[in-house]
Amino acid sequence: MKKAFRTLCGELKNWAVPVAKRSGKEFSKGLLKENPTLVMLLGLCPTLAVTSSAENGLGMGMATLFVLLGSNVVISLIKKAVPGKVRIPIFIVVIATFVTIIQFVMAGYFPDLNRSLGLFIPLIVVNCIILGRAEAFASKNNIYYSVLDAIGMGLGFTLALVLIGSLREILGANKIFGVTLVPGYEPMGLFILPPGAFLTMGIIIALINKLKQKKRS
Amino acid sequence: MNIGSLFIIAVSAIFINNFVLMKFLGICPFMGVSKKLDSALGMGGAVIFVMTIASAVTWLVQRYVLDKHGLDYLQTIVFIVVIASLVQFIEMFLQKSIPDLYKALGIFLPLITTNCAILGVTIMNITEKYSFIGAVVNGLSAGIGFTLALIMMAGIREKLDLADVPSAFKGVPITFITASLMSLAFMGFSGMKIG
Repeated sequence: MKKAFRTLCGELKNWAVPVAKRSGKEFSKGLLKENPTLVMLLGLCPTLAVTSSAENGLGMGMATLFVLLGSNVVISLIKKAVPGKVRIPIFIVVIATFVTIIQFVMAGYFPDLNRSLGLFIPLIVVNCIILGRAEAFASKNNIYYSVLDAIGMGLGFTLALVLIGSLREILGANKIFGVTLVPGYEPMGLFILPPGAFLTMGIIIALINKLKQKKRS
Repeated sequence: MNIGSLFIIAVSAIFINNFVLMKFLGICPFMGVSKKLDSALGMGGAVIFVMTIASAVTWLVQRYVLDKHGLDYLQTIVFIVVIASLVQFIEMFLQKSIPDLYKALGIFLPLITTNCAILGVTIMNITEKYSFIGAVVNGLSAGIGFTLALIMMAGIREKLDLADVPSAFKGVPITFITASLMSLAFMGFSGMKIG
């Protein structure tokens, strides 16, 4: 009896440890090491366009996270039924369905955010991060890992947007999440205008390159 | 819709609200295909071509299918499917009937489906309530604006290859800084008074 229990425990351990290890890896890879925006340089259009404030960045990040989660779940469920040749159109329709849902949610519950994000809400459909994860991950892995992957990647994207949004808002409007930082200080308005987006992004990527070089040497 | 308002749509789409530098649409191909002048020209041509046709087709779909049957909420799904199949169709058509043009644009066409500038311009045509001609002109000019930015960037990057750039800034970061300066220059157009 005792022996049987011990083998059961051993088997359980043999099964649980690798699963736990892999779960941690699939979740955390999107946050820093394979951050979709800052390291892989995917989804640049929304990154540059909506980060004129930290709040917009957060809203866009959350909307993308929702779509990514939904599409990863559905695609990993239907992966066996999808013929290889027409998989891309099918993936795009699945993604577009979730984007339509988020369009309604945004219009209904967050009208202000919806107005400032504008065109970029329907454009989540063509965000390469989402199709990229569908193609590279969800169509090859089971639903459990696909959910973790979606949450990790979505949070990594949100993190990057909030980072860039905060930097631009602090420098360009002297505010963070709408709260004034230093009263009476004249901000550099350039940073919330289009050129500031390119400039901030360029400098952040250069910093990341510098860190990578230091690590290598 | 008279010639004057079409002119305003065109100038505004090419210069004042340049798709790449002011509206951040189509940044991925802007960064990816701007290394060489030849490929920038090819990509630009393909985008102008597809944008113009997509503007016309999606406008007709919106007017005569979606609006007529109260299916507005299907806009995103329908448009992306229309654009994807249109690109496929154009590719097949060019391959059969204009092989020279196909050779020049061929490899860029499949990339265009995920170019957010195309979906962006078609949705913009609807939200701005342009007429049919207005929508086509807007699509054409947005494509020209995209091509203009792409070709300018490719010209600068070919020179930039020979420049002594700090190692951390090599490649993508310096391209972003260049884009920032170009965007700054294009902001000058917003002071232009038309109409």
